[in-house]
Amino acid sequence: MCFAFHVKTNEKWANTNLLIKKMKNDNSLFQKQLAQEALKQSFIKLNPKIMFRNSVMFTVEIGTVVMLLIIIYIAISGDKNQGSLAYNIVVFIVLFLTLLFANFAEAIAEARGKAQADSLRKTREETPANLVLANGTIQQISSAQLKKDDIFLVRTGELIPSDGEIIEGIATIDESAITGESAPVIREAGGDRSSVTGGTKVLSDKIKVMVTVQPGESFLDKMIALVEGASRQKTPNEIALTILLAGFTLVFIIVCITLYPFALYAKTTITVAAFISLFVCLIPTTIGGLLSAIGIAGMDRALRANVITKSGRAVETAGDIDVLLLDKTGTITIGNRKATNFHTFNGTSRQDFINSAVLSSWDDETPEGKSIIELAKNQIDMQLLNKQVESAKFIKFTAETRSSGVDLKQGKRIRKGALDSIKDICQKAGNAFPEEVMDRVKQISSNGGTPLVVSENEVVVGVIELQDIIKTGIKERFERLRKMGVKTVMVTGDNPMTAKYIAEKSGVDDFIAEAKPEDKMNYIKKEQQQGKLVAMMGDGTNDAPALAQADVGVAMNSGTQAAKEASNMVDLDNDPTKLIEIVEIGKQLLMTRGTLTTFSIANDVAKYFAIVPALFINAIPALQALNIMQLASPESAILSAVIFNAIIIPMLIPLAIKGVAYKPIGASALLIRNLVIYGLGGVIVPFIGIKAIDMLVSFFM
Amino acid sequence: MNTEILGIIFMFVAVVLLAIPLGKYIARIYAGESTWSDFMQPLENLFFKISGIDARKEMTWKEHLLALLTINLLWFFWAMLLLMTQEFHGALNPDGNPSMSPDLAFNTAISFLVNCNLQHYSGETGLSYLSQLACMTFLQFVTAGTGMAACAVVFNAMRPTQTLPQGEGLKTPFSYGEGEGVGAKIRLLGNFFNYFLKSCTRILLPISIVMAVLLAFNGTPMNFEGKAEITTLEGITQQISRGPAAAMIAIKQLGTNGGGYFGVNSAHPLENPNYFTNMVECMAIFLIPIAMIFALGNYLNSKKLAYTIFGVMTFGYLCLQIPAVYYEMSGNPAIAQMGINQDFGSMEGKEIRFGSAASAYWAINTTVTSNGSVNAMHDSLTPMSGAMALLGMMVNAFYGGVGVGFLNFYIFIILAVFISGLMVGRTPEFLGKKIEASEIKIAVIITLLHPFLILTGTALASFVIANDPSVGWLNNPSFHGFSEMLYEFTSSAANNGSGFEGLGDNTPFWNISTGIVLILSRYLPIIAPLAIAGLLARKKYIPAGAGTLQTDTLTFAVMVFAVIAIVAALAFFPALVLGPLAEYFIIY
Repeated sequence: MCFAFHVKTNEKWANTNLLIKKMKNDNSLFQKQLAQEALKQSFIKLNPKIMFRNSVMFTVEIGTVVMLLIIIYIAISGDKNQGSLAYNIVVFIVLFLTLLFANFAEAIAEARGKAQADSLRKTREETPANLVLANGTIQQISSAQLKKDDIFLVRTGELIPSDGEIIEGIATIDESAITGESAPVIREAGGDRSSVTGGTKVLSDKIKVMVTVQPGESFLDKMIALVEGASRQKTPNEIALTILLAGFTLVFIIVCITLYPFALYAKTTITVAAFISLFVCLIPTTIGGLLSAIGIAGMDRALRANVITKSGRAVETAGDIDVLLLDKTGTITIGNRKATNFHTFNGTSRQDFINSAVLSSWDDETPEGKSIIELAKNQIDMQLLNKQVESAKFIKFTAETRSSGVDLKQGKRIRKGALDSIKDICQKAGNAFPEEVMDRVKQISSNGGTPLVVSENEVVVGVIELQDIIKTGIKERFERLRKMGVKTVMVTGDNPMTAKYIAEKSGVDDFIAEAKPEDKMNYIKKEQQQGKLVAMMGDGTNDAPALAQADVGVAMNSGTQAAKEASNMVDLDNDPTKLIEIVEIGKQLLMTRGTLTTFSIANDVAKYFAIVPALFINAIPALQALNIMQLASPESAILSAVIFNAIIIPMLIPLAIKGVAYKPIGASALLIRNLVIYGLGGVIVPFIGIKAIDMLVSFFM
Repeated sequence: MNTEILGIIFMFVAVVLLAIPLGKYIARIYAGESTWSDFMQPLENLFFKISGIDARKEMTWKEHLLALLTINLLWFFWAMLLLMTQEFHGALNPDGNPSMSPDLAFNTAISFLVNCNLQHYSGETGLSYLSQLACMTFLQFVTAGTGMAACAVVFNAMRPTQTLPQGEGLKTPFSYGEGEGVGAKIRLLGNFFNYFLKSCTRILLPISIVMAVLLAFNGTPMNFEGKAEITTLEGITQQISRGPAAAMIAIKQLGTNGGGYFGVNSAHPLENPNYFTNMVECMAIFLIPIAMIFALGNYLNSKKLAYTIFGVMTFGYLCLQIPAVYYEMSGNPAIAQMGINQDFGSMEGKEIRFGSAASAYWAINTTVTSNGSVNAMHDSLTPMSGAMALLGMMVNAFYGGVGVGFLNFYIFIILAVFISGLMVGRTPEFLGKKIEASEIKIAVIITLLHPFLILTGTALASFVIANDPSVGWLNNPSFHGFSEMLYEFTSSAANNGSGFEGLGDNTPFWNISTGIVLILSRYLPIIAPLAIAGLLARKKYIPAGAGTLQTDTLTFAVMVFAVIAIVAALAFFPALVLGPLAEYFIIY
């Protein structure tokens, strides 16, 4: 079951990468249209009700309102104790910009997600649906009216109106609207290829489909809601960080409020503008303003990788994965085995054997069979063989005989099959089964190959060697995963000997040979009992329990509805190696939050040195020694600090949206790297930035 | 190098060398393994038998808290009773000191109960010998034991839920209790009374006895006689207070209590007679706090983690200690301007038998740990040393008080793990347990609490003075006066107990405000780490993989230090600027 769909996947391997590259190219951050929409949203989001969700920025909004009141007060009363009107207006504008920048960060991330979602949504605009009524008659309704368990009919050239499962018929379907993949796929009733997605187009034949989701609840609907931020729930990790940031905000509320009596004691007057500036500078506005943008962008990145996630939590969990279960076929090896060699015995000439091998595979539609003809292509005379098979009788593979073949007109009986079955045939006919063949079969097996024995009139004539072809670059991918701390496990139906060989050759850490569906389940449970987080990819209905058991289950879009329901993500590309990307996206998400938090808080050091001396320098001239940046005046110092605080937000939007680059270099090395860049950088950058802004500001003052 | 500096280096090295074996011993005690002190067992069993406590019954973290708070409440009433009935103490009150007034008794009882020992009385005139022994010395033992027991519970909770290979680490098996819901199991974390009693009988008591004997041999009184009358060289008669001092002084230092037998604490010639006793007492201040860190390493069998923690603490400690010693030894420029020789350093408010280096050294030791005993006047410290002493209490986790020092540090570790975990792209985990919202919430509340108590307290005092400068308790209406107020609240919030003095602090305003700060800042910082550790202990253990951030590395040490510096120190920057730093920039 697991292997069936991979036929298509291999071909897609290259295409998918192309698609991703294409998507990455038109990834420029501030497309005009998006920016305009985001700008509009930045103002709408000033609504205190919306702002309240972000405690850090909400306090900034309160500060901004207070500044507005101060300006009005000064304008009316002409009071000079609070500094000049112009100075207060400038502070107000900078604070207002800080708010707008933070809102813009969130809005641009949402707009990008929305643009992405819109292109998906296009596929599911109102399409007519042919509802099949209980009495068999067909009624035309709108797709929006389809309910779960309704049955509809789709004919050639029509769009499928809703997600569902084929209950009757077989059809070729163009899924390019969803996957961007132009090659049509075959979907049929029963088995693991019965699921269809709304918005895709039937190219040939007709199918009856049963609706499997309630209106507005399909994966696409869920994903659209998630990236648009509407239903985005904070992940546990995000909640914890929000608490931490709220804590920092509270500390600095205490610091700023207590500063008032301190100043009274020191007989210094501190203007309201200075208080609010100090407060806004100290609280972690940088991360506070970017936090939700980071979360949305993470979902967006997953979507760009053509993965639909059911929740943001799943993406984060993916970053923590310890164990990764991968099917061998299609993931580690290219689709199916390919014939690589012909071995002859019993004095048969090589040419005769190849002819027999080809004839035995003439009617064999399996990829293995086709690969035999492929290998022999240049060594045979097709016309001659064509003649031979005329009115020949083909023997189909059955589970009982475990062999297939052909009975030619002139009486030749050719059989091809596993060692046991051919051996059986030969020995029943009273013919000896040579040791030589046994040896060769063993040798092939131990090299990770699969031997197919061929007999002619119940006499062994040779062995066809089939080999798994390991995908190029897969070893490097596993190496990368290992460095990320993820253990890879290959799941295969092969015997342990073959499995071991391929495991070694491809560089996976472990393998499950002769795997039955429950083996996957047991393996996952075993790892989880040791506290590990396990991810797996699957497609079949019999994968569903294991997908549900895994901490991160990724279903192929081509998989059954049951598999999709049981998993947390659906990969639209049906690409089994997509998990590697998902893990990196998850890690990037956490890292971006962590590094920007560090950066934001590290900035406080420089801001303190800018503002605190400025507050008290008139009362205590000796504090000039603390003005290590040599800022021009108390006013210019305070202004420079708030301006720096404001403009750092838009400057970091690209980083928040693209995410901090993940490098699999081990946790400690990564921490050093990020501590130096964002921690030490976070201390140094504002010193330089504030000084530079001060030079500019003092030029005007 | 001069002998003063050699003296303090010797004290540090000696303490570390003593703390290593002591840490090993403490770990064995808490793990319930056999030690040389097992001969105490019959005595301990007797205690348990009389009190009807089953010391083998394991507890959840909530049960631990309940036990801790209940027993503390009991001691409070006991202390109140003794202090308010002193006039009836008879033979154990040879000087006939009066009973305490209810408000002073309340203040004193609370202050000793929370291991702070702010003293608004003077031992010579305010306490009977019975109170000194059965109230003060008793509380100094049991409150230290409480802190250590709480720390032991956290140690227990930190054990990985994974069986260690044979012959490694401690073999005490885990116990589980019935949790809510069918089949739910809750990790049990040992018995509180067992940890508590053993902390007293096996750790505090033996070391105290050795130390008290050393002090007694050097001239500290240990008797039950009343005041001695002597005639001085000038021909004046003088009353010299005596009593069971040596016993109390030993535990005051060992248990980071700090409350002196005599009013002027370890500056008193009988409380701290010479340079040798000064060394013994100074070393006793931070012996157990350091030993607890090594105990953690032995207990969890991860010495590297212990060395990492010790390294961060020591680095922070040296950042405070070196400037303090430097500025005290360099003398005070304001006094130098008056033409007074400063060759011996800034000697204002210091004892000539200790010198400037040892006094500065003591000042930092007593403030980084929550000890609070003094051998010099902290009000006379040069501005930078004063700032360092303040910072030591503001951080309150560079070694810290017995047991509680590590608990404070634990909170910083949780925050550092959280931030650095995010930075490496993995849900943060500490010792195999995931740090999530509830743990962060608790940690954040505790990190908020300290600046909140200190800053709002100081703000309140500043406001009172700014409104009515004639209120009377502030003698230095200047930046120095601000430092005095800041110090008083910082000392209370850090459960330190030392004072900058110079402040008339025996007024209703100070008694009430510091009293509230004392209670809040003792119990909440004990409850929080216990709660976090208890919550973590229940979580699934995740074995470390290649992507896991190790917490016993230099990188992580840097991270923890950065978190402490930013979280603990930054909040106090404006206050420090208006107090000691303003004074510093004016004088220098």
